[in-house]
This record gives sequence, structure tokens and C-alpha cells, in this order.
Amino acid sequence: MLSGKEGERETMRDTTMPLDGTTSSDPTMPARDSLFKIFRTFLVIGGISFGGGLIVYLRNTIVNKHRWLDEAAFVEMISISQTLPGSYAVNIGVFIGDRLRGTAGAVAAVMGLCLPAALFMFAAGVLYGIHGERPDVTAMLHGVAAAAVGLVMAVTVQIGRESVKHLFDLAIVALVVIGVHLLHLRVPYVLLGAGALAIWWHRPRTTAVEASKR
Amino acid sequence: MRQIPQLMGVFSYLSLLTFGGLMGAFPELKTLTVDDYHWLSFKQVIHLFSIGQISPGPNMMIAALGERVAGPLGALVAVVAFLLPTSLIALGIGRLWKRVGQQRWAGAVQRGLAPVAVGLLLAGAISMAEGTLEEWLSAVMAGVACLLVLTTRISPITVILCGALIGIFAFRII
Repeated sequence: MLSGKEGERETMRDTTMPLDGTTSSDPTMPARDSLFKIFRTFLVIGGISFGGGLIVYLRNTIVNKHRWLDEAAFVEMISISQTLPGSYAVNIGVFIGDRLRGTAGAVAAVMGLCLPAALFMFAAGVLYGIHGERPDVTAMLHGVAAAAVGLVMAVTVQIGRESVKHLFDLAIVALVVIGVHLLHLRVPYVLLGAGALAIWWHRPRTTAVEASKR
Repeated sequence: MRQIPQLMGVFSYLSLLTFGGLMGAFPELKTLTVDDYHWLSFKQVIHLFSIGQISPGPNMMIAALGERVAGPLGALVAVVAFLLPTSLIALGIGRLWKRVGQQRWAGAVQRGLAPVAVGLLLAGAISMAEGTLEEWLSAVMAGVACLLVLTTRISPITVILCGALIGIFAFRII
């Protein structure tokens, strides 16, 4: 891997994404990462990232350890993956896997990333079926759920602080909550309605400066 | 075995609604699994979601839901149905990004969808809070947990484990 350092730096600067897997024709590229290496790398991330700090593990592995991306490209990738539906971590797995080895690479990355949690939850489902009705287990899980509500609230606040910048954004948040929670509208309608309105509001304008002053 | 195609339909549909992550689809997840299909009680869904917060990696409570509904095959089907749609979208957008990303509308979509995702997250959090915080102690625990995570560098896993400990002692009596 060390002999490929120069080539890796070249690709690091390339923030555009040639994701068709044809990049190996480039003579400056290092040897392609094997599917197993992609799987193993994401398996480790998926298996040790306890405590919600998934993004830190992803950055350390992708940017610092393997230098698959530079910091700027990683930040852009995070921002795209948060816009798309799905877990941002899974989306990043798809981007990186596809970038390295095409569709097969994406499958390897997603499988690696999700396998530990899926097995964990499968076991949890089995155990829950056996012990879920026991009073001590219900009591414990009630405590876990109370703490989890707090965590979810905190995550909402953290993400909200980043992305709610104008009064209009706040109005969209309120609109979605009213639609989903109070009016019990089906989420796809709320998503389409509020999404279309918000995208239209942020539409590219030629006189953006004037518009914002009004 | 009629649950298998149902699991496939429900979780591939939910997959497309997970703006802001799994929590963004939580109200719809509750409606479908609890009210429409009666696979589980709301309490059970909340418990499994909360356990998913302890596991490493992304929250894969879907595997537990599938397992509860239709055993190992149910878990497999639910997980694949849940991961496939959004992964295909990510694959497509990732490949097109070089072209799409330079469109001036791309920024508008990103800025516009961000508050929508926050709204979905908030609606999910409220829905989960309603099903969980039924006496003062759990409400206090949730409030303290939220403040701790926002103001200190405490690990979320520590917060959850504290919740479990308090729960074992406090909620058995209630």
C-alpha cells in the first residue's frame, strides 16, 4: 500500500466522483482495494461504533486511515448522504463502496456496515420474544426507552441547530410536525408538500441578494 | 407465510420515508406495524427501537421487527427490503452527482429538505415520547438524558445504561 501513496494523494484531490469503477485504467491509481477489504473495513466500523459516534469512525477510517477521500470530499459526501433518505452511514457506505469497486463494492460496504447491528438486533428480537414480558425486563426497557427519548430529542436539537437557519426553515419544521403529528396525514404527502414548498423557497434566484434584503 | 410479502412491502415503503434517518419514519412505522398490521404493540416497537440505540452501527431494529413477525426469514426480508430502496437511490445519485451537483437546483434541494428532515425527526421524537413518558419519572429521565447529551461529552451508551439501571429499580414498583 505504501508504494501507492503518490497516486493516492492524486485521487484525494479529485473531489468529483468517478463512480463507474473504470478508474483503474488511470496509471497513477494504486492497486484496487479488494471487495473483501471493503467488507472488512465497514464490518469493523459497524461492529465497534458503539454510542452513536458513527460519523467519527467513518471519518477516521475513510479519510485518515485508508485515504479513500480527503476531508473536503468527505464533508460533501456527508451533506449529500444526509439529504437522501436512509441512514447517512449506509449511504456513505454505498458512495465509498461504489467509488472503489462499483456496485459490488457498494454491496460489500453496506453488508459489512449493517451486519453486526442486524445480528445484534436479530438476537435482541429472539430474546425479547422469550423474556419480553418479564416484569424486570419491562421495567429495564422502560428505563432504556426513557433515556432513548432523551437521546432522540438531543439529536433532533443538534441537527436542527445546523440546518434551521431562517424563520422560514422553522415554519417548515412546524408544518411537518403539525401535518404528521396533529393532522395525522400520511408522511409521503407531508414530505411532498413541505419538501416542494421548501425547495421552491430556496430556489436559485438571479437576484438572491436583493431578495434576501426584502 | 403471507407476512413475508407484507414485510417486504412495509419496509421498502418505510425505507423511502427515512429522511433524517430511521427516526424520521417512526410515526409511519408505528401506524403500519401497530395500527394497520397489528404485528406488535406500540410498547414493543418502542422497546425494540430503544435497544437499537445500544447496538453499534446504524439502528437495525428492523431486523428485530422482522424476526418478531416471521422468524429468521422475516428478519432477512425486512432488512433487505429496508436497505435496498435507499441504497439504490444513493447509488444513482452518487453516480450522477458530478452532473447533478453542479445544477443550481441541487443546493435548493439540499437546503429545502434539511428542515423537512428536522420536522420528521421531531414528529418521530414526539410520537415516541407520547408512547414512553407516561409518568413523571420517565419524563424527568428523558429531560436529563437530553440535557446531558447536549451539554456534556457523555457517551450516549452510558446514558442508555443508566436508564436501564434506574428502570430496573424504579419501574418494578410502579
